[in-house]
Amino acid sequence: MDVIVCVKRVPDTETRIRIGEGGTSIDPAGVKFIISPYDEFAIEAALRTKEGAGAGEVTLISFGDASAQETLRAGLAMGADRGVLLAGEAGMDGLATAKALAAELEGADAPLVLFGVKAADDDQQQVGTMVATLLGRPCATGVSSFQMGDGKVTCQREVEGGLEVLEVDLPAVLTITKGEFEPRYASLKGIMAAKKKPLEQKDAATEAGRISVTKLTYPPERAAGKIVGEGADAVPELVRLLREEAHAL
Amino acid sequence: MANVLAFAEQRNGEIGGPARETTSVAARVASSLGGEAHALVIGGPGTGAKAADLGRYGAAVIAAAEHEALQDYNPDGYVKVVVDRVRDGAYDAVIFPATTLGKDLAPRVAALLDVPLAGDVTQLDVEGGALSVVRPIYAGKAFAHLTLNAKPALVSIRPNVFQAAENAAAGTVETYSAEVDPGSWGVRVLERKAAGEGALDVAEATIIVSGGRGMKDPSNWPLLEGLSDAIGEGVALGASRAVVDAGWRPHGEQVGQTGKTVSPKLYFAIGISGAIQHLAGMRTSKTIVAVNKDPDAPIFNVADYGIVGDLFDVVPRLTDEIKALKAKG
Repeated sequence: MDVIVCVKRVPDTETRIRIGEGGTSIDPAGVKFIISPYDEFAIEAALRTKEGAGAGEVTLISFGDASAQETLRAGLAMGADRGVLLAGEAGMDGLATAKALAAELEGADAPLVLFGVKAADDDQQQVGTMVATLLGRPCATGVSSFQMGDGKVTCQREVEGGLEVLEVDLPAVLTITKGEFEPRYASLKGIMAAKKKPLEQKDAATEAGRISVTKLTYPPERAAGKIVGEGADAVPELVRLLREEAHAL
Repeated sequence: MANVLAFAEQRNGEIGGPARETTSVAARVASSLGGEAHALVIGGPGTGAKAADLGRYGAAVIAAAEHEALQDYNPDGYVKVVVDRVRDGAYDAVIFPATTLGKDLAPRVAALLDVPLAGDVTQLDVEGGALSVVRPIYAGKAFAHLTLNAKPALVSIRPNVFQAAENAAAGTVETYSAEVDPGSWGVRVLERKAAGEGALDVAEATIIVSGGRGMKDPSNWPLLEGLSDAIGEGVALGASRAVVDAGWRPHGEQVGQTGKTVSPKLYFAIGISGAIQHLAGMRTSKTIVAVNKDPDAPIFNVADYGIVGDLFDVVPRLTDEIKALKAKG
């Protein structure tokens, strides 16, 4: 079964973020970039779906600049079959990104298109759902596991205070979160093979974004706190402070 | 008319904090734009009556779209009702809650209306007739200040950040029967399983008790549950990425960059050293308490109050002291 996964190149979640010159974007110097961790879950889900079906192809699509090649290669090393780089830039307007991806996916007949539930950089949690809506395909978000059925897919998703089980008609778009799909490591063989896998690059159909970034700022510094004391003996004083000073209890 | 629509979320028929918060924000934006705030609530029969209270938070009109099939959230069912309402009302802005439901629903509405969406914002103002918002990016390592240049401006607001402000308006309830065609839905909810009686989501809790690797073993979690129970209502358990990755706790509890970003009134970090991705997810908490053996743990750099010590001594004592405090009233 063919599965398409849309992936994004983001700064490593362990990295420190510095605001770049001009103040409206981050300074990429010295930043290690990775596949967005949620997209890795989606790639793993796609690979398992293909393996379960015993046939098919996993295609990765990334919307971004030329550096996203590296991200696609990393996904190919995990086992995906081919990559497509849609060259373009849409900034903070998720709908503009979604339109570029939807235009590419319009004619694709893969029954399943997967996204990470959100990108670990701008945390918008919207592009996958928008692509589904633009394509008129059913969509389930925040899926932690799923099982393919006949013409439909059964999905489990986390909601506030519980779990939901959804049945979604195919072709469908799912956005994947942490759950069953612990991503595999790329083997050395996989990394070597990835270098020879097809990676197509084309210009995306983009429109001007309608959300403008005025500036980026750092979060407010927290004033240095105090060490109340050592061990259990410090507890009464902590409780007093929480009650009388912080008014938190 | 520059009216603003608030999506008022109901859960199990109850109107909660997220609905009051979106309504309050809509009322503030509407007054800046010189219009009215309307609230839209979708649910089963009788939902409108339960939403009448939103008038106190500034809704001039409470539109209640009722239908048996809309008692619980269904994306295909709900999106049509919202889009129809936004088109009919020619709203200048629509405010959604950035809850699980809101994060699922708002992007669909945006795509159908062909307007962008600013998701999970923590600050919202009107400047020169346009909405300007602040939203954390990189899980809170930086804040993006944005201007929305489309109409209607679509925004989802992070729960627990905006105050639900009492600001009475007419609050006329207009109940109507929603147009629904369940046969056309591509997504069907087969089952809902509660995690536990009254379990509160970590993103919505006012107090969070989080545990990290210092807890040593998943069998030690009753210690944190005890503390949480002693504090009382509005408390949820949280977890660091390390313990979620180790399979000790469910991902739903994870706080930090690949989990949830939270802003509770009080955050207890128990046995959490404070990796950068964890700090990003909780540093906007109002008051932070850290308990850790290691006096050099980075968590102490953001904590308002720290205790250096063995959590297995400190937490039981803390639970007892809080119980005693609550008993006194």
